[in-house]
Amino acid sequence: MGALSILFGQTLYWSFVPPFKGDRFLVQAKKIGPESFIISSLVGFFIGMIMALQMAYLMLQLSAEIYIPNVIAVSLTRELAPVLTALVVAGRVGAGITAEVGSMVVTEQVDALKAFAVNPVKFLVVPRFWALVIMLPVLTIFADLIGIFGGFVICVLKLGINATLFVNMVLEALLVKDVVTGLIKSVFFGIIIALVGCYHGLTVKGGAEGVGRATTKSVVTSFIFIIITDCLFTVMFYFIFNT
Amino acid sequence: MPENKIEIKNLYVSFGSNQVINNLDLIVRKGETKVVIGRSGVGKSVLLKCIVGILKPDQGSIKIDGVEVTDLKEKDYNKLRMKMGMVFQGGALFDSMTVEENVTFVLNEFFNFDPRVVYDRMKESLAMVGLQGLGRLSPAKLSGGMKKRVGIARALCMEPELILYDEPTDEVDPVTGDSLTNLINKLRDKLNVTSVVVTHDMSAAYKVGDNIAMLYRGKVIADGTPEEIRNTHHPVVQQFVNGKARGPIMDDENLLLDYGV
Ligand SMILES: Nc1ncnc2c1ncn2[C@@H]1O[C@H](COP(=O)(O)OP(=O)(O)O)[C@@H](O)[C@H]1O
Ligand SMILES: [Mg+2]
Repeated sequence: MGALSILFGQTLYWSFVPPFKGDRFLVQAKKIGPESFIISSLVGFFIGMIMALQMAYLMLQLSAEIYIPNVIAVSLTRELAPVLTALVVAGRVGAGITAEVGSMVVTEQVDALKAFAVNPVKFLVVPRFWALVIMLPVLTIFADLIGIFGGFVICVLKLGINATLFVNMVLEALLVKDVVTGLIKSVFFGIIIALVGCYHGLTVKGGAEGVGRATTKSVVTSFIFIIITDCLFTVMFYFIFNT
Repeated sequence: MPENKIEIKNLYVSFGSNQVINNLDLIVRKGETKVVIGRSGVGKSVLLKCIVGILKPDQGSIKIDGVEVTDLKEKDYNKLRMKMGMVFQGGALFDSMTVEENVTFVLNEFFNFDPRVVYDRMKESLAMVGLQGLGRLSPAKLSGGMKKRVGIARALCMEPELILYDEPTDEVDPVTGDSLTNLINKLRDKLNVTSVVVTHDMSAAYKVGDNIAMLYRGKVIADGTPEEIRNTHHPVVQQFVNGKARGPIMDDENLLLDYGV
């Protein structure tokens, strides 16, 4: 935790020290955004469908199936889309970051950076950090939309809810703050994935085996931190801001 | 101006309980090629990393151009590093970049040179190591010897006054090894740089060294011209330069622990 806070501080500091290399950020953003889009959308879509079906089981008994769109929209945007997208990206991108940075450490590329007067945090961590902080919320927004569409497919085709009604119910139920709290969370999840991924990469010891070990550890640590952070935010939003 | 490029006194470096450098003294004169020999794991790479400042010694003094560097601020050290080029053992090329991008990396990172100047310098550096025309390849496509050459070109691009070579002939075939030693000599003659070459390859050591120092148990136990080293009476040095399995080195070291790199 201490080491991660230090890395966080250094990352912020080096973000504002010239020279600024926007292209490095773009390379990482491209790696994270478009390449994770399919898998995170797929997860969103299926979760939307699954939720609709699970809800239907209960709501049909209560003759309340009309409220299924509301529940889907609210729980997706507030909770499921941010968390599941973060977990997918942690497994995909976070692991990749640790493996890449870690193998740069064992092949002395990180030493070479230092020997050429380049700060490794600035060169390696800063672009990945900002790419994740920006791309994770973007992916989350898509997961929100596609998840709701997944729910739409089940509700309209299977449960016989009128399409216009579905849309109206969703729009009525969704408040801006539902979406916004979800996105705030995903910014923090992005910070976690970037810092944990880079930290485990930069501290790799012992060759290829060490890279493997660090990668596993990075993913597990990210998962745990994401879940804990999610819990903290949910508690905070609920009790302090009543949302 | 001081006549010594590097002056190391009473240097100590340890990792946990492993005392790697133990009261080491070493002098590298301006313009000479100093070879540091020693067995694997003796701390040769550690020594080079202390000179470029990516490892901090526990104790002792390192002066570069007369400036004490062990307590230098990172910012000032970086200015010094601009005048040093380190050539890493495996090349340590950035594998996310092409050969060209590797070579011009430092120039593009810190200076706002005219792209044409950068391009010319890149061409010049690659030509100097005999790799013109390979600029667009990715490092993964290169052989071990070529990677080392690109590593050298990357160091040359900064027009350094001091080049540090970590095992330049390691893991390449003897012919490539020989052409690499020729290259090191050529660079010294052409560019008048000071070089420190770390190696356990005696034929390379004799070929490039103006002076050869032997590192053993954290200390320099012999330092002299190739001729002096060749004719030494020091039993440890003798055993090492002649590559004999039997001798004082084996007597006091457990071969089972011989796994240093
Ligand atoms: N970063 C490090 N952390 C811990 N031990 C290290 C580190 N770097 C080197 N060592 C240890 O220092 C000793 C010397 O290593 P090195 O300088 O790489 O040897 P060589 O002479 O073969 O280049 C070895 O025992 C190695 O295990
Ligand atoms: Mg070494």
